[in-house]
Amino acid sequence: MNAFLETFFKPNLIAQYLPSILKGVLVTIEIAVGVVITGLILGLALAVVRAFQIKAVNALIVVLVDMFRALPPLVIVLIVYFGLPNVGINIPSFAVLWLVLSLVLAAFAEEIFWAGILSVPKGQWEAARSTGFNFLGTLGYIVLPQAVRLTVPPITNRTVAITKNTALGTVIGVPEILSQATTAQSFSGSATPLMMGAIAYIVLFVPVVALGRYIETRFAWRRN
Amino acid sequence: MDALIHQFFNLDIMARALPLVLQGLQMTLLLCLVVIPLGLAGGLLFALASLSGSRTVRWGMIVAIDFFRAVPPLVLLIFVYSGLPFAGIRLSPIAAVALAFFLNTSSYYGEIYRAGIESVGRGQWDAARSTGLSAFQTLTSVVLPQAVRNVLPDLVSNTVEVVKLTSIASVVALPEMLYSADMARSVTFNASPIVLAAAIYLVMLWPVVRLISRLERRMAS
Repeated sequence: MNAFLETFFKPNLIAQYLPSILKGVLVTIEIAVGVVITGLILGLALAVVRAFQIKAVNALIVVLVDMFRALPPLVIVLIVYFGLPNVGINIPSFAVLWLVLSLVLAAFAEEIFWAGILSVPKGQWEAARSTGFNFLGTLGYIVLPQAVRLTVPPITNRTVAITKNTALGTVIGVPEILSQATTAQSFSGSATPLMMGAIAYIVLFVPVVALGRYIETRFAWRRN
Repeated sequence: MDALIHQFFNLDIMARALPLVLQGLQMTLLLCLVVIPLGLAGGLLFALASLSGSRTVRWGMIVAIDFFRAVPPLVLLIFVYSGLPFAGIRLSPIAAVALAFFLNTSSYYGEIYRAGIESVGRGQWDAARSTGLSAFQTLTSVVLPQAVRNVLPDLVSNTVEVVKLTSIASVVALPEMLYSADMARSVTFNASPIVLAAAIYLVMLWPVVRLISRLERRMAS
């Protein structure tokens, strides 16, 4: 037991590396919040554009969304990170991570929001239009409020799963939690910083996962 | 434009990288063959435990599932691969990947099975038991078939996530497809090998992603 504590919870190492892990926590939170905001807004915007039913535009949206759903995020991160500088576009690594994860979240969110819009009965559209609402008014005041409510549980779960991918930033040198923890681990030759990193993720994400569980029962999206 | 094509779609470099990337693909497929069945089986165990009659088992399992869903799979993998050796447990890359992904994917599959089992009415259990079926028979021939059908889109969709997940095994130097492609990238200073790997992922997963959208739409209507 003592050996276990000495390996994974060495007090002086905890004190020494706490500041850098906390710095990592801040970076992780910043990127995660950025991804959630841009990803969800872009996803909703794409779903709204899709509601206009312009064939060519919709085909393009479907292709893009499918691609970002089918590709592993790490593959996209590496293509953008290593490819763009060679064609003269230099963006910092944290921006690469934010951009890629935002696009991935937008793709999944578009699909979920679109399913929500489709699930609102046609009668709602017709009734709203017949009372004098135009297309956008119907969408904004009648359809979206109902659609978005239905999509809360799947959106929450998907958002949590994608924001956890901020850990991929360690591969391209974004100084987030995992990156700070592995650096500290190789400097100290101890597993304690890794344990600290894991605990930081648990403290950050367990409440969000638990919230997702609560929302799932609260808004219960029952398919049948 | 030329620079863009040269950097991302260089057919010459892709052709040279192809044998290496295909070798990686074999490892990716092998990983899938290990991780997906493990996750499907482990998920069922997790689900049954989280529906157990004993309150201790039930809550313990729910805490464990939320724990493994909260930790990013890459963190879990690095912890297993480079943290456990400090405690004297040294695993090969593939064993570390199998263990870390088992814990992660079983938790996700477990939640899906649980939702499926809960969606089957209590009356089904009672009716099956009253006809003389044992609890095990009730589970395997009455409840599970309906449960799986009810959550099929989620099961398929999670399986796609697992296939995509295998790409992070590259971080612990397991020579799967992304690792091989990235090797080729670092030798050629050109992103085309990774684009090639991306194209192979798309060929494998795009049809499944389309299928999921259709399944989900059918379930919704």
